[in-house]
Amino acid sequence: MHSVVVENLRKQYKENVAVDDASFKVNEGETFGLIGPDGSGKTSIFRMLATLLVPDGGEAHVCGWDVVKNYKEIRKSVGYMPGTFSLYQDLTVEENLHFFATIFNTTITENYSLIKDIYVQLEPFKNRRSGNLSGGMKQKLALCCALIHRPEVLFLDEPTTGVDTVSRKEFWEMLKKLKKEGITILVSTPYMDEATLCERIGLIQKGRLLSIDPPQVIIEKYPKALYAIKSHNMIELLSALRELPLIGSVHSFGEHHHITIVDRTLTLLDIRATLEKELPYPFQIDKIEPSVEDCFIQLMEK
Amino acid sequence: MEKEKVISVSGLTKKFGDFTAVNGITFDVYKGEIFGFLGANGAGKTTAMRMLCGLLSPTSGDATVAGFDLYKQTEKIKTKIGYMSQKFSLYEDLTVKENITFYGGIYGLGNRELKFQSKRLIESLGLQSEANQLVGSLPLGWKQKLAFSVAVIHKPSIVFLDEPTGGVDPITRRQFWDLIYEAVKNDITVFVTTHYMDEAEYCNRISMMVDGDIAALDSPSNLKQGHGVDSMDEVFYNLARTAKRKSD
Repeated sequence: MHSVVVENLRKQYKENVAVDDASFKVNEGETFGLIGPDGSGKTSIFRMLATLLVPDGGEAHVCGWDVVKNYKEIRKSVGYMPGTFSLYQDLTVEENLHFFATIFNTTITENYSLIKDIYVQLEPFKNRRSGNLSGGMKQKLALCCALIHRPEVLFLDEPTTGVDTVSRKEFWEMLKKLKKEGITILVSTPYMDEATLCERIGLIQKGRLLSIDPPQVIIEKYPKALYAIKSHNMIELLSALRELPLIGSVHSFGEHHHITIVDRTLTLLDIRATLEKELPYPFQIDKIEPSVEDCFIQLMEK
Repeated sequence: MEKEKVISVSGLTKKFGDFTAVNGITFDVYKGEIFGFLGANGAGKTTAMRMLCGLLSPTSGDATVAGFDLYKQTEKIKTKIGYMSQKFSLYEDLTVKENITFYGGIYGLGNRELKFQSKRLIESLGLQSEANQLVGSLPLGWKQKLAFSVAVIHKPSIVFLDEPTGGVDPITRRQFWDLIYEAVKNDITVFVTTHYMDEAEYCNRISMMVDGDIAALDSPSNLKQGHGVDSMDEVFYNLARTAKRKSD
């Protein structure tokens, strides 16, 4: 059974095609990541699935309901957390939650068990206006409000953008718990380390899905050998590597640069020997496993 | 020889009522370095940065930015710095060219210089065919690159970047850092905040704010060594976890 079915979905804003023939399915209870650059159509897809935007072509079903014909049913069964903070800034934490519960014909107490772990962190600030909360707290409140009617499917559009590492880790811990409750989660993120936490990832660019696979499969499909190199001056090394015909691609990854080699027959020893002739300073190079971020960059540059 | 200080901060404090957002921080930033200013949400980064840009007056403490005093010479400071943030950077309803002209004008560039810089900038960013488009219609990554280029159009001593790559895709993030490296080559000091820990590695030195204090300040490799960990992510996690103040 699929909670979300998207078939040849299309959305166009004047001459700008935002979503172009996008198709994917999300299994019931699955955590599915939609990963793509800004402007790749992620938000338009979310808005169409949340029945806030009418598609120009194709079809989409959520919980078996058609996004156009049965929009009322869908609104009862999904929770949506938009990319920008969309709660009432001049209502307090508690008032916002109460408001959303009432709209969905429920009460805070009825589904309290679902939001309890998140809400206890907000409770000390329950009388504060939501506009005066920090980024991490706003995001927790938005999640609570999206969950208050115990939705079957949760749409999270870049929930952790602008949020620090510690809060991001906490947020994903919460998502794990929601998954245990059987909630289907469709989430988008620009953080590649978070993508790894999804069961399957759809990589999206220019409104089309480039690939849909579990993170491990995406990594296994990486077509080249990948090496990590470092030296004392990484900026200098970066520009030097870009000039070398031997190098297929070079990208910074924290304390290393990740490189691929044009000639696939070369061994690590060959590469090291060649680089030693080219680079007038000591360096360290090792063969490594690609990360999802390497794969994403490779797919985008194709 | 003593390294030239572009920012020198001593005991800088900002209180809002009985809440101490920034609690007597002391540090220097040297000419030509990339200085990473890290911390959890609510640790006091933005408040500190706003003070250094002359937008918020300190409660106590001393600081000079680009050689000017933070209390008496804020207007002079503003001519010597560049600033961009993820939240506010360019006017969405002006075109690429108009934004460049507007900011160049504000930063005091003469007509001739403005024309020259405008052309150079549009070419170097490859925005020739978008020059007359509204900035609002550009993808976020392009906006950010343009915003950065505009923030350094007057060749400031230092540029403040507040989460410049938030929400930007992996390729554009790296292109953005190329722009930072280029600015450094042109003698512009870079003061940057980020939530991407791989980007923390690209900084010469990093300060880490926790509860309004600077909990650590060193090069990425020394910080990792000191904490006995392999990644900046772990350093950040170790330090941010010690926060007592709720991120409210």
